[in-house]
Amino acid sequence: MGPGSVGSRSGGCGRYIGVTALLERLFDVLDDSLVASTLDTALLGGADFAEVFVEDKRNSSAFLDDGKIEELTSGRDRGAGIRVVSGDTTGFAHTADLSENGLRNAAEAAAAAARGGGGGVRKVSLERQFASRDIEVETFPETVAKATKVELLQRADEEARATGDAISQVSARYGDSRRRILVANSDGLLAGDDQVRTFFSINCVAQGDTGMQTGRESHGRTVGFEMFDDHDVSEMARTAANRAITKLSARPAPSGAQTVVVGPGGGGVLFHEACGHGLEADLVAKSASVFAGRMGEQVASPLVTLIDDGTMSAEWGNFAIDDEGRPAQRNVLIQDGILTDYMYDQIRARKEGRPSSGNGRRQSYQHLPMVRMTNTYITAGQDNPADIIASTPNGIYVAQLGGGQVNTATGDFVFGMTEAYLIEDGKITEPIREGNLIGNGPEVLNRIDALGNDFAMGHPGTCGKDGQGVPVGDGTPTLRVTSLTVGGTAA
Amino acid sequence: MADLLSTAQKVLSWAKDNEAVEVVAVHDRDTEIRVYEGEIEQFTASESQGVGVRVIADNRQGFAYAGSLDEDVLAETLAEARDNAVFGTPDEFLGLAEPDGVAVPDLGLYDERVAQMATDAKIDLGIALEAKTRAGDPRITGIESADYVDSISESALVSTAGVEVTSRDSGSYVAVTALAEEDGDTQIGFGFSVNRNPNELDVERAAADAAERATRLLGATQPATERVTIVFDPFVTAQFLGILGGTMSGEAVMKGYSLFANRLGEEVASPLFTLVDDPTNRDAFTAGETDGEGLASRRNVLVDHGRLNTFVHNAYTARRMSAASTGSAVRSYSSVPGVGTRALFLEPGTQSQAELIAGIDNGVLIQGVAGIHSGVNPVSGDFSTGAEGLRIRNGALGEPLREITIASTLQKMLGDIQAVGNDVDWLPMSAAGVSLVIADVTMSGS
Repeated sequence: MGPGSVGSRSGGCGRYIGVTALLERLFDVLDDSLVASTLDTALLGGADFAEVFVEDKRNSSAFLDDGKIEELTSGRDRGAGIRVVSGDTTGFAHTADLSENGLRNAAEAAAAAARGGGGGVRKVSLERQFASRDIEVETFPETVAKATKVELLQRADEEARATGDAISQVSARYGDSRRRILVANSDGLLAGDDQVRTFFSINCVAQGDTGMQTGRESHGRTVGFEMFDDHDVSEMARTAANRAITKLSARPAPSGAQTVVVGPGGGGVLFHEACGHGLEADLVAKSASVFAGRMGEQVASPLVTLIDDGTMSAEWGNFAIDDEGRPAQRNVLIQDGILTDYMYDQIRARKEGRPSSGNGRRQSYQHLPMVRMTNTYITAGQDNPADIIASTPNGIYVAQLGGGQVNTATGDFVFGMTEAYLIEDGKITEPIREGNLIGNGPEVLNRIDALGNDFAMGHPGTCGKDGQGVPVGDGTPTLRVTSLTVGGTAA
Repeated sequence: MADLLSTAQKVLSWAKDNEAVEVVAVHDRDTEIRVYEGEIEQFTASESQGVGVRVIADNRQGFAYAGSLDEDVLAETLAEARDNAVFGTPDEFLGLAEPDGVAVPDLGLYDERVAQMATDAKIDLGIALEAKTRAGDPRITGIESADYVDSISESALVSTAGVEVTSRDSGSYVAVTALAEEDGDTQIGFGFSVNRNPNELDVERAAADAAERATRLLGATQPATERVTIVFDPFVTAQFLGILGGTMSGEAVMKGYSLFANRLGEEVASPLFTLVDDPTNRDAFTAGETDGEGLASRRNVLVDHGRLNTFVHNAYTARRMSAASTGSAVRSYSSVPGVGTRALFLEPGTQSQAELIAGIDNGVLIQGVAGIHSGVNPVSGDFSTGAEGLRIRNGALGEPLREITIASTLQKMLGDIQAVGNDVDWLPMSAAGVSLVIADVTMSGS
């Protein structure tokens, strides 16, 4: 992503009482001098750029299914990934051994892989940099008793089953993670972050005369256990159960071209997949994007402003620094239909002589960073959502899209509809069964003819690219697309 | 492997009298080389280790894992698993896999040539792959990625139930994604070659496949909605089999998440359809000598000439359903053993894809599908997926089609199978590919 607000890069922040304590927390993952000497080793071959990424991650999860807590799982991953860039070649090695020896071996392996020419000694002097964030975790997950986490699952299970006799099966998942990272590079950067995530999801199966249907609800925030102060698991359970029960009376989805109204928060994934990926600079550079070479052009309806924002408080794709040490940014990608910027990581940005947009992310220390989205959304418009539906004679109302896939070279996409209804004579009528929506990203952007004033974020997601998954968020207001292809079974 | 085994045994030696413990330890070494415009774009040399510990005490289960084999980490991992077990719901069917006397096959899955091959030779494979793909057709305008990848994996699994197994296997593949352009239209296509011995990788074929897949869709248009006969390309069939396999796991059936629950012994598909899960076939990418609980791998016939023969089980689902484990526990070191098919294979027919197509008046060859996982309901069997492919008219391939969806139900599709091809293709997936002809599918377009 491109311009937009930039998080502060240095100095403390008045909102924090214990800045020193926080800095200690961020930087005690690995000793500064050991990081610096590892960078020196990585640069011995004469590389242009070297980076050390250290990660210490703990996570815990609990799963309930069929009325039983199946098991609690605890995980610990700790290690360093070392990247060395020579010319256009990146060498990468990682190690779980954070001793001086282990780090030196990995640095040498990465340098050898990068095959730098020249040689010579470069000393890196590191300067600690601090990116502010506007939220602070209140209750770290490791301070919460396991029994308390398990109790959430049992409460959700009971509440879902109590919602209706039709509910025949319930599963629910609790998950938390705390990921401390430290990034240092040969430009002298030294930055850290302490990323906490809390997640809860519930799936219900309803059994009726027409078979079984499923309903789901989930929440995920970059906060601690206080997430449950705002998101009551009982309410989530009722929502998921009612979704499943509603679908029992669903008709087969129609097939062919339809006018589609997407509800608030229900369709952000479409813009993430069908537009966002095509605005990632690594794909653009290889011309593997329909948006390559179109900067400054009208690529969408004038109603559309598309933003990727890593600074959105507590949203699932939020962070203080990205996995290359760059502060999160808010980047406007499409403004009033005009393509204004792509998203960048460090490597692509260096090649193009511009700063990274704070979109360099990786799944873990075992992975190379690449251009990734954070929280991607269409901003709210002017229309009353009720008017949008009332002015749609016939079509489909999609309350919630499911998973999808996009071919970035063509912009063609496919999404499942997990909750959808018919629109008949300007009214939402009967629920319809699951089916796919297919279309083309650039075409959909141009076919948006109404945008509601009711923005909402969608559910927490994991975006997969080149085999790596990272947490992302998305959002939309109510919006109408004049034509999309629905793959249903009804004639 | 000896180190891994002794590490796992050390953790096991800390087990208390009243608890059942299972320890899995793994060590992976991977090389990934990505080439762009004749140069190495990324070279990754990775080495990773991990341990997973499962504890069952008082009929409760707990689990913990760590990406390290350091001694203090091992002790902490066991302690966490033990603590986690306190919070599980008691379940009398929980338990470790008991050795069942089935001999572990020797499949020879490790080829030392992966370790022996010079780094430069691996790089050269990547460079050749990119160059040949670019040269394959004048309409190829770019290469999104051209990769050489190899891996060597070792593991050890021990348990207080008396299981003690080790394994070592190797793999390598090349994969390329090409972009083709003509008259302002861009299309994308992939090709790959897989082999346990990197010297046997077929770069020519990978390059040719990518060029063909990308160029033959150029100029694709969206057709009108109609009912047609479809031919799944082998790669698509493999994905379809993967979906079916998911509905045949003991867990899905037990929990009521499968359309096949209560249908054992019934006719569920055309008699042409014989589906086997066989991780003992060395040709399979996901072949393995043991399963995720250390039991011997075995060949399981899931559907025999259309009749549903068995589901697949791990120790837990077998106990719950009064069956025996089919050696189908699947896991990584960071998860408890689940259950699933491991190496699916559809018994081939006699005709090539070209011969199958020659017998179809009006149909579509489905070259790729998108969103197949979100578009299939494993409980109701509803099936709807995005697709692209080529029109079949009067027995010959015609114009390319895009932005279509194909929809039916799994039940109906299995019954409407007209033929299985003879073109078995071993893919880098947990299912082998083969051409498959299915009648009367709704193709939605404009």
